[in-house]
Amino acid sequence: MIVLLLVIVGVVVIVAIIIGAYNGLIRRRNQIENAWSQIDVQLKRRLDLIPNLVETVKGYAAHERETLEAVINARNAAIQAPDTPAGQAGANNMLEGALGKLFALGEAYPDLKANQNFLQLQEELTATEGRVAYSRQFYNDSVLDYNNKLEQFPTVLLAKAMKFERREYFQAEEAARTSPSVEF
Amino acid sequence: MFELIRSNKRRSLALVAGFMFVVALVGAAIGLVVGNGILFTLIALVFSGAVAFASYWKADKIALRMSRAYLASAVEYQRLHNLVEGLCIAAGLPKPGVYIIEDPAPNAFATGRNPEHAAIAVTTGLLEKLNRVELEGVVAHELGHIKNYDILVSTLAVTMVGTVALLADGAIRLMWWNGGRVARRGDHDNGNNPLAYVGFALLIVSPLIAKAMQAAISRRRETLADVTACQLTRYPPGLISALEKLQQDITVTHSASTATAHLWIEQPMSGVGDQGKLRAVHQLFNTHPPLDERIALLREL
Repeated sequence: MIVLLLVIVGVVVIVAIIIGAYNGLIRRRNQIENAWSQIDVQLKRRLDLIPNLVETVKGYAAHERETLEAVINARNAAIQAPDTPAGQAGANNMLEGALGKLFALGEAYPDLKANQNFLQLQEELTATEGRVAYSRQFYNDSVLDYNNKLEQFPTVLLAKAMKFERREYFQAEEAARTSPSVEF
Repeated sequence: MFELIRSNKRRSLALVAGFMFVVALVGAAIGLVVGNGILFTLIALVFSGAVAFASYWKADKIALRMSRAYLASAVEYQRLHNLVEGLCIAAGLPKPGVYIIEDPAPNAFATGRNPEHAAIAVTTGLLEKLNRVELEGVVAHELGHIKNYDILVSTLAVTMVGTVALLADGAIRLMWWNGGRVARRGDHDNGNNPLAYVGFALLIVSPLIAKAMQAAISRRRETLADVTACQLTRYPPGLISALEKLQQDITVTHSASTATAHLWIEQPMSGVGDQGKLRAVHQLFNTHPPLDERIALLREL
């Protein structure tokens, strides 16, 4: 009788542990997916801001064609870039460089610099840059959390049995690690 | 991390229990002075239960109202909204309500009962005096409070400490009218009731207990929120330089009151940097660790 009771209690405890571990893994995995889509949202938001910015700058510095075209080309490249961490990172680094030059124009054209619309777009883009960085950070934090859980005991047993896989971090390309050079 | 959140939820419960206990004591004290201990204790218990219940649902609104905060318009305060949104993404939190307080003193606080029902308020002085990076540090500190569930405990404390202080205050005043009277003709034992002295002592002690309670829950979590902030921004110098600016600024935050003091990022009341004989006493009731210590700790990160 007592043995039977002990066995039942043991089984219940083990099942509870398994359920807890499984739910924990699923929660973390979903968080990673949420974080990944967040990066996407922010990158798209930046792309949507660019046409407005180009139009505004055109009104004041139409003859700076080279800079404007560089931005537009970089934007098109970013839109077509494959939806993988590596592909997105490369295209967006190019875009960041081109945008930097565009904002440098503000220094040469006082009228442009004083334009309310330009200032607002500048603030909006700066903020979006920040958000892109933060969404990557959140993604990596989520991956770290998930991978940690995956390899810790006792979750590791369940993860092995159910073939949960490690996730990759979002890493900056080699080009992004060295700071971009600004030419004048 | 989860450990911390759980401990904060536990503390919230302990705070509510402590609050009800103190209010019951005050009730008993009034009862003893007036002459009907049990009745007043019961009234106090019911009353404190009601306050605790209402606090959970409405304390954030009360704290915001007390500080005369209004919703920040998305157009006028675009930069602030952008900063909050960005940091929320990093923290994986929903965006809290963003409020502005018209006050030249740079300061900020967070309130609410959970991340889904949270708000951040900053003074206009803060927006004027800090640059983008510093502001980001301060906002991250406030989001740290939200993420760690500090806001639940500290917001509950606003109404509770406020209530205790108010009650004790009122009771002491009441005593001069009624309980503290000199024996009159027709009075028999009241003047000599030794329990009345106990009640009197309790009345004096209870607001002090409330203050110490407020200080105890608040000090460590400021440092913790500083660390969480750096975890979010990955840039300690921003918050360091913001705290340095707060330190140099000597404007007293007029929008703050005794009950909300522990919410703010910088202790809003005067008497913080006091030297001399009263220093130790002040330190006991300080709601924040000295800014020097917080800055020194951040430098080590």
